[in-house]
Amino acid sequence: MNIFKKTIISVLASLFIMTNVYSDTIKIGTEGAYPPWNSKDASGKLIGFEVELAWTLCRYIGKQCEIVEQDWDGMIPALLMRKFDAIMAGMSITDERLKTINFSQGYADEVAQLAVMKGSDLEGIDTPSGINLSIGGGAVKKALKTIEGALAGKTVCVQTATIHQNFLDSGDVGSVNVRTYKTQDEVNLDLASGRCDVALAAAVAFTDYAEKSGKPVVLVGPTFSGGAFGNGVGVGIRKGGSGAIGERDAQLLKDFNMAINKARKNGDISRIATKWFGFDASM
Amino acid sequence: MDLELMINSFPRLLNATVVTLKLLSLSLFFGLFIGLLFAVMRMSNNLILNRFAYGYSYLFRGTPLLVQIFIIYFGFGQIEFIRNSILWVILKEPYWCAIIAFALNTGAYTSEILRSAFQTIKKGYIEAGKSLGISSKIIFYKIQIPIAIRQSLPAYGNEIILMLKGTSLASTVTLMDLTGVAKYIISTTFKPIEVFIVAGSIYLFMTFAIHNFIKFLEKKYSY
Repeated sequence: MNIFKKTIISVLASLFIMTNVYSDTIKIGTEGAYPPWNSKDASGKLIGFEVELAWTLCRYIGKQCEIVEQDWDGMIPALLMRKFDAIMAGMSITDERLKTINFSQGYADEVAQLAVMKGSDLEGIDTPSGINLSIGGGAVKKALKTIEGALAGKTVCVQTATIHQNFLDSGDVGSVNVRTYKTQDEVNLDLASGRCDVALAAAVAFTDYAEKSGKPVVLVGPTFSGGAFGNGVGVGIRKGGSGAIGERDAQLLKDFNMAINKARKNGDISRIATKWFGFDASM
Repeated sequence: MDLELMINSFPRLLNATVVTLKLLSLSLFFGLFIGLLFAVMRMSNNLILNRFAYGYSYLFRGTPLLVQIFIIYFGFGQIEFIRNSILWVILKEPYWCAIIAFALNTGAYTSEILRSAFQTIKKGYIEAGKSLGISSKIIFYKIQIPIAIRQSLPAYGNEIILMLKGTSLASTVTLMDLTGVAKYIISTTFKPIEVFIVAGSIYLFMTFAIHNFIKFLEKKYSY
């Protein structure tokens, strides 16, 4: 066998080794563009609440971890195609997503809120300070009606494939002129430029942007939770199928649930959440 | 393979194809005028016009279309001065931002295609016109332009196909074109393969139609 052949075989062999599905490293996918949940620093390193939490959880699981970046709109397809084993990307646990993937127990919760630029006529909108869509009732119905009226004729911007887009498309606030963006950064940019009259996202995404950019972004209307907004943020994991690979996915779900329990009990989640959000968003 | 999803998403994707075709035809329409203008400037003896046209084509052919769209859409939106000007009426709309970017981009390529087509026209044709006493203006419109268009058909057909595929970038500035709607369906079904196969087939069919239309024109105007 000549050297040429040897080289080819060893290169091919290394490719197979790298893509080995039985690899003991847990690969975690995150977006890196949704501060303070997950983002990147100036040097391109992944940072944020979930990045720090992921390292903590991995320590409790006792396995090596690798955090990889993935565009938000391809997050679940990439998980299904085994580009990584778990999602930690500010992804809320919703019934819609549970049809396709599993979630660990929630580790943090976020409320959603509308945001406008200072001086918008939406600033005076009169609603309760928070509504929970799962509870419903007359007060919630009335608030949704008020919001429907306020959003009529406005361009409402959201990040694509999010709970916020689901809510606007659900018909709960009538038929809304929704514009979708690939990242939350782009939503913020167009809110500031005036292309969007109003935007909907996690309230912390707006306060974080206002703080860093100095732009006069104001939160308006109630904080939303429940219903289309899901039940907190958890680790997304493939549904365990048959065979060794399926067993590994099922084991991973157990491992993450165990690690979240430990991290919660030891106060790790609260501590990391307070560090990144400025308040305790843990659950 | 989820066949039902493929069938269900087809009408929605077909609807979005209308947006894609609108973007394509408007960009090509404006791009052709831009291309013709800059091709003529490139052949001018005026050094300033010549260099300007060269610089334009160099800039737009030398940078990715995606970057051009982002600069026009997100970049200009950040500049207070533009937001307060009359330009904002147009630049506020993602639709027009996309068309401006596409038209400027295809215009640069078209100018190069037309320039080389003009340069391949045999001197004899122009001299024959001159010897018959036809004015150089008429020679340009009635002899040079028709020949140049015929000469540039194969290359321009390629440019149309490239532009068709380029319009898929409109989805990055919130437009719901064929790619935009495909991505939207994927975001709710998490099944990229099925949806992209349908969307890809629609693109392929359009390319097929454009390719054959250009071939037909080539045959019709062959000499």
